[in-house]
Amino acid sequence: MKEAITEFRQYSNLFIELVRKGIKLKYRRSYLGVIWSMIEPLLTMIVLTVVFGTLFGYENKEFPVYILAGRLIYSLFSQSTTNALKSIRQNEGMIKKVYVPKYLYPLSGVCFNYILFLISLVVLSVVSLILGVYPTVRVFLAIVPLLVLFLLSVGAGLILATLGVFFRDLEYLWNVVLMLVMYTCAIFYYPDVILDSKVSFILQYNPLFCIISNFRSCIFGEEMDMWMLIYSFAFAVVSVFIGGIIFKKNQEKFILYI
Amino acid sequence: MEEVIKVNDVTMEFNLSKEKVDSVKEYFIKMVKRELRYDRFQALKNVSFSVNKGDRIGILGLNGAGKSTLMKVIAGVFKPTKGTVEKRGVIAPMIELGAGFDKQYTGAENIYLYGAVLGHSRKFMEEKFDEIVEFAELHEFIDVPLKNYSSGMRARLGFAIATVVKPDILILDEVLSVGDAKFRKKSEKKLLEMMDSGVTVLFVSHNLEQVKRICNKAMILEKGKLVAFGDMDEVVEQYKEMVK
Repeated sequence: MKEAITEFRQYSNLFIELVRKGIKLKYRRSYLGVIWSMIEPLLTMIVLTVVFGTLFGYENKEFPVYILAGRLIYSLFSQSTTNALKSIRQNEGMIKKVYVPKYLYPLSGVCFNYILFLISLVVLSVVSLILGVYPTVRVFLAIVPLLVLFLLSVGAGLILATLGVFFRDLEYLWNVVLMLVMYTCAIFYYPDVILDSKVSFILQYNPLFCIISNFRSCIFGEEMDMWMLIYSFAFAVVSVFIGGIIFKKNQEKFILYI
Repeated sequence: MEEVIKVNDVTMEFNLSKEKVDSVKEYFIKMVKRELRYDRFQALKNVSFSVNKGDRIGILGLNGAGKSTLMKVIAGVFKPTKGTVEKRGVIAPMIELGAGFDKQYTGAENIYLYGAVLGHSRKFMEEKFDEIVEFAELHEFIDVPLKNYSSGMRARLGFAIATVVKPDILILDEVLSVGDAKFRKKSEKKLLEMMDSGVTVLFVSHNLEQVKRICNKAMILEKGKLVAFGDMDEVVEQYKEMVK
């Protein structure tokens, strides 16, 4: 443990450089640069509001805020895990030639996406204010689900990064899984009908839905669901543990497979 | 004499699967059929030696003898399957110059990135920035993305960054064969300067003249085994016999 900490200190510069590189390269050569991380969710929000608002007949004006909050969290999860999944293979040039603690790659992949996500929260606050969703004190509690979200992304990222080295087609499989996760996150519909039905478990046991739901509660000034909070937190912590263990166990083998 | 590197009975084994199983579907099919077999290949076999401070060791051997694998084991890139490597001091591995360069990054950004890979802080790299650019002779190209560099330019930048520190142990794996004649001379001069300050060197090269100029000891690897280790002249003679 002590060794690990001194090693992380020694390589903290590299960690910062890798995070910086992720952010810098994501929008390199685009005119609007980092502003894209705000425009993109805004555009999807408009499309989803028009389509699903009309389809389901939702006419309340908070619906766009509802969509945007869910959509931002989902896209952070999907982007950071996809990034972590590819991270070892993407940095194979470095891994094959110099010694670097390998967890830096998935971890920096999650972190730079998280920073971009925090920037894009600006859009959420602007849209909320425009549509008359004013913050209450509860808004500060949003830090809690956001923290759980970070842990969950790191845990899933570590697991995927490890498996991704050995199985190349996991990338495509994970895309399918992510799509299923998206539909079971209640991003563009209200969850009540499903929660009251026999298949309520597809939402209730989806940790990402729990996070999204609690995050929305904080924004709309409602109370968080304790069961969901505990469940998602436990799920995230366990995934970090499992991810950490299998990553540590297999990291010496990575180089033989990439 | 102080020992700075001690290689104890190191064996390095690779899995050489004839057909690579890297998809989930294939993996399960093969697991069910019990066809998950690997051919093992030993790149290094029970290699042991120790290096004293200030030694400059030439590593000779034919292609595929395990020279680069040995260097990577010492640098910590590979963890040996068996045996241990003990080392003391800062190692500058120059195994392939520019490992960790990003093609989309400009030369300047890559200086910080590669510096961080080698464990230096941004502040330290800022101080050394001009020196690096000067040595690499890349003034007008430093803000150009690396993908537009020629391979010689890349190697020059990598060399300039890697040699900006004063390491205790320098690992050189055929890095002196890059760049044009002028830069080669300049880099050799720089290395000789570093060696004067008592740095320990492991030098892989096929150029016997260069080995003779730089080293005081040498070793021969053959098919993963250490077959000779000792004073340079004797070992070089033995190597000449071998390659005849």
